[in-house]
Amino acid sequence: MTSDKSFYEFISNGVPGPEQKVDADNAILPARKLAFGRFKELGLPTVKTEEWRYTNIQRYLKDAFTLAQEEQGTVTAEQLKAAGIPQLDSYRAVLVNGRLQADLSTLPTGGKITVSKVSDAAGNPQLQAWFDKHPHLQSQPFAALNAALFADGLFIEAGVNASLDKPLHIIHVYTASANAFIQPRHLIVLHKSATLEVIESAVGINDNAIAFVNGVTEVVLEENAELWHYNIQSTVKNSRHIYHTSTTQKADSRYHHFNFTLPSAELTRNNLSVALTGSNTETNLHGLYLATGTQHVDNHTFVDHLVPNCNSNELYKGVLLDDANGVFTGKIHVHQDAQKTNAFQQNNNLLMSEKANINSQPQLEIYADDVKCSHGFTVGRFSEESLFYLRSRGIGEEAAKSLLVNAFAFDITDQVHIPALQDFLAEKIRQYVAGAINN
Amino acid sequence: MLTIKNLHAEVDGKQILKGINLEIKKGEMHAIMGPNGSGKSSLSSVLAGRENYTVTQGEVIFEGKNLLDMSPEDRAREGLFLAFQYPVEIPGVSNLHFLKTALNEIRAYHSLPAMESKEFLKLTKEKQQLVDFNANLMNRSLNEGFSGGEKKRNEVFQLAMLDPKLAILDETDSGLDIDALRIVAAGVNKLRSADKAFMVITHYQRLLEYIVPDFVHVLYNGQIVKTGTKELALELEEKGYDWLKEEVHQKESV
Ligand SMILES: Nc1ncnc2c1ncn2[C@@H]1O[C@H](COP(=O)(O)OP(=O)(O)OP(=O)(O)O)[C@@H](O)[C@H]1O
Ligand SMILES: [Mg+2]
Repeated sequence: MTSDKSFYEFISNGVPGPEQKVDADNAILPARKLAFGRFKELGLPTVKTEEWRYTNIQRYLKDAFTLAQEEQGTVTAEQLKAAGIPQLDSYRAVLVNGRLQADLSTLPTGGKITVSKVSDAAGNPQLQAWFDKHPHLQSQPFAALNAALFADGLFIEAGVNASLDKPLHIIHVYTASANAFIQPRHLIVLHKSATLEVIESAVGINDNAIAFVNGVTEVVLEENAELWHYNIQSTVKNSRHIYHTSTTQKADSRYHHFNFTLPSAELTRNNLSVALTGSNTETNLHGLYLATGTQHVDNHTFVDHLVPNCNSNELYKGVLLDDANGVFTGKIHVHQDAQKTNAFQQNNNLLMSEKANINSQPQLEIYADDVKCSHGFTVGRFSEESLFYLRSRGIGEEAAKSLLVNAFAFDITDQVHIPALQDFLAEKIRQYVAGAINN
Repeated sequence: MLTIKNLHAEVDGKQILKGINLEIKKGEMHAIMGPNGSGKSSLSSVLAGRENYTVTQGEVIFEGKNLLDMSPEDRAREGLFLAFQYPVEIPGVSNLHFLKTALNEIRAYHSLPAMESKEFLKLTKEKQQLVDFNANLMNRSLNEGFSGGEKKRNEVFQLAMLDPKLAILDETDSGLDIDALRIVAAGVNKLRSADKAFMVITHYQRLLEYIVPDFVHVLYNGQIVKTGTKELALELEEKGYDWLKEEVHQKESV
């Protein structure tokens, strides 16, 4: 399935349905078909679509892409290393173009936590129960397209009380030799009182082809479950990403999500949404985006307070250089029944160039009266005074800027509880600043 | 050590320094006094390399090198230190991490290896005691939430840590309580040596009782209008600046 010209045109009109997929799995096919119908109904967004006002998706889909990723591609140890996080002690699930490669992976054993291909788990009752069911995905065309035609992905299930001794690192490798539209799909289910740390990162192998990744992850946290969910978005220059992460939290569960958007994908659009369906939950959404060049980073978040006594806390911070463009839309919906809700949201930005730009808008819809909600937005420039102070102590411009960007990002990086990941981020920040100065 | 010749500088198109001449030799302590707005901080800013000042005339030679050609960090690495009149608060940068970075960047410039953590901590402890700097402040964010006096003490602590050849103290005594003033002055005195020099900007004769200067200069309207010894500071304390201003205007009208 290849589009000759505009992929936007191709998926708007010509794309064949899921029954055409060579590996259309029977057990999942009905869900795929449903999603395909939904996709056809919704259609692709335009700049007139409210949620896509600041992100002209047509622009990023005007090239030709191949939709099928039947080719496996080979991955070398070197390439894997590039996708890794130094010093990180973890289990590993390596996915090449969305498909799990058992021989490259080190998966947890013992049975309480299972990691399998979605295609292999298609008949699993949990998968049948939750796949593509998240309410917030129902209105999202790209999520529907993914459900209809996704390549493959992981089904991760943690049993009651299960936990792991170290994080699970999902490493995506994209090998496409020509422009490819790749759709990974995960479902993570944590049963009662299970805990897990998941880190997801990606690397592209071919600099000459554009990888357009349209990914979806659904998360279900049963009672008292806790998930630390780190998403690291740093790949090659010419990749483009749309990512939906949709989580359902039941009573007493805790969800800590991190979106680290680092250079230098052309487009990153994150749709992160959490539905709070049980009381006494805790939700922490952290985001850090560092953008350079003409990067476009768009974070849409949605916290849906459906029941009383839930706490959500959101902090997104961005540093923008050059002509980079940022969008932040933070929606909080507190339903009438959701009394005693605490919902906080903060978006802070540091613009390091005249041409960098940020559009930030909170959307608070509060229908309960006994709640504590707040939101804030700041945009600042680099403090010349601070920079001079540091330099006057012998600290070079690059190191000084790096210190200041690290300081700005500290509220976020400090929440990361994995030292190797903290170091990795500090190094990425250093490289980002160095790149900015040597430009 | 430092030779300033006919230094003119402006900021936002406004002429602030109007021909400063000053020679500072090793081992000397120079005090700079002068009314508010006369250009004292501007002079220290120009020497430290603050970018919004433009030097329009003159030159500054520091240890045989053209100071004005150097970036602010290179000036520091060559051994110049400015204790700020208004130290900046930098949330999220820990005081210790900042100092370690500074120290190691200076060392790298002189082709020295980075200091071992153990050695660094030892040095920190020693200097912290020397200038009686509260150890609890060292792990906090740089100057964030520090009281005015604590910020000034932190400047002196940094001075002790970085061990420059020439230290410029811009009103480090302002905002210090009487005890702190004595402690800070004692610290500065301990840092004095035959191969180091100081330029101390102050409004108060009091400081100069503790830190006895070799020279006292009066800066007025962007120029050094009078130079004397410590007795000049006493005279200013007594008479204020009006008599000097008059002298200057009389000279100008001649
Ligand atoms: N950015 C600027 N734009 C215009 N004028 C400035 C600027 N910065 C400083 N000045 C002016 O330069 C003059 C000298 O200021 P400076 O801070 O050097 O004085 P000072 O001698 O240190 O005074 P004080 O004793 O009050 O600290 C003042 O008139 C001040 O208003
Ligand atoms: Mg001043």
